[in-house]
Amino acid sequence: MSLKIKALTKSIWVFHLAASPCNNCDIEILDLLTPRWDIERFGIQLVGSIRHADAILVTGSMNRKAHERLKRVISQAPQPCFVIALGNCACSMEMFGNSYNQMHCLDEVTKVHAYIAGCPPKPEAMIQGVIALIQAQLAALKK
Amino acid sequence: MGAIEGIGYLAGGFVVAAVVGMFAHWFDRKITARVQWRVGPPLFQPVYDFVKLLAKEVIVPEGASRFLFLSAPLFGLAATTVISALFLRTVIFPGETFVGDLIVVIYLLTIPSQAIILGSFASANPLASLGGSREMKLLMSYELPFLLVVLVPVIKTGGTIRLGEIIQYQAAHGSVIASISGVIAFVIALICMQAKLAKVPFDAPEAETEIMGGAYIEYSGVALGLFKLTQWMMMYVVPLFLMILFIGAVNWRQSWFNLVFAVLIYIGILLFITLVRNTNARLRIDQIMKFFWVMVTPFAVLAVILAFLGL
Repeated sequence: MSLKIKALTKSIWVFHLAASPCNNCDIEILDLLTPRWDIERFGIQLVGSIRHADAILVTGSMNRKAHERLKRVISQAPQPCFVIALGNCACSMEMFGNSYNQMHCLDEVTKVHAYIAGCPPKPEAMIQGVIALIQAQLAALKK
Repeated sequence: MGAIEGIGYLAGGFVVAAVVGMFAHWFDRKITARVQWRVGPPLFQPVYDFVKLLAKEVIVPEGASRFLFLSAPLFGLAATTVISALFLRTVIFPGETFVGDLIVVIYLLTIPSQAIILGSFASANPLASLGGSREMKLLMSYELPFLLVVLVPVIKTGGTIRLGEIIQYQAAHGSVIASISGVIAFVIALICMQAKLAKVPFDAPEAETEIMGGAYIEYSGVALGLFKLTQWMMMYVVPLFLMILFIGAVNWRQSWFNLVFAVLIYIGILLFITLVRNTNARLRIDQIMKFFWVMVTPFAVLAVILAFLGL
């Protein structure tokens, strides 16, 4: 069991789910793949299919149209799979909270395992968020 | 050969192919990272990836053919294991292989591709069937020149279709590659190998950025892990096949130096695959077919004719 968890923490395949973002967070995610940060060092990869995902990065405030689709996509992910809210919009809807086309915050729809705040968050903050998620999962396992 | 010995060869072939294939996959990713001025993944990354996939949930999509969807990865893995076992036997005892194993290997080499086609069509996903149909066209594109260039070593070594005899003949009379027809055939075989491994520029079937993993889109967990393992094992099996056919450098009975030489050539071939992958853009499937049938096949025919003339 511990071997499997170790393997999971060393090889996180990330599916990037854009739920009506302004694209700012999405550009910062791509920064993680560049030589300066290079998260492939830790085995983290972006994948194209939700079936390959170990973590789902959700960006954006999730409006009325994105809401249904997000629920459908997240339900298709193989377990164990973690949801990470990236950016202020995904964490709290920020200034769009009272807008006519906002229904729910992300954590009212699905269980969110990590929040990474910022508008947009820096790549360092994202790496720190992922590390915090890994450590929280490992700590939960030891209990 | 007894049943126990056979099982031993199968197990040995599987382990060797899996270990070398995982190394090849890591090497590919590491060199890619270095080309892009990144650090790249650690050495055991493929092991982590594979173990992680074993622990994940396997989802069979609604509307998919359950049996075919789940058994397709096994076909590919089984075929690759058998090829690897045959090669192990050929390399250890070149004189004791059966007649026609060359033809068996050529047949078995197409089965991983057929497994991808079956699995993708069984998964009831439009993008997957697009990937599957592209895989089918890719198979038809490269198979013709590949079969033609495999004829060259057969002609050069006096018409034998035994891999062991091909190795022994080259040990006695020099490599096939040390002739004009051999050089042309080897270059074409390298191009066909790139397509067989579905690497850029011939990765239209799994085009990550276009059809999101194509044939593999619906696969998860163990099934995806087996497909990945098959892919990695192919990165050991196909270069070794070319080395046996054209260079014959795996003949370690002659001198132990040959083994070192073989490892260096293998790494050189891997480096070639990776550098081509990193310096080219993906071709469309019609461009691939045109490339193989119009540009490559005439050269393959030329190589066969030159081989007949003894050049």
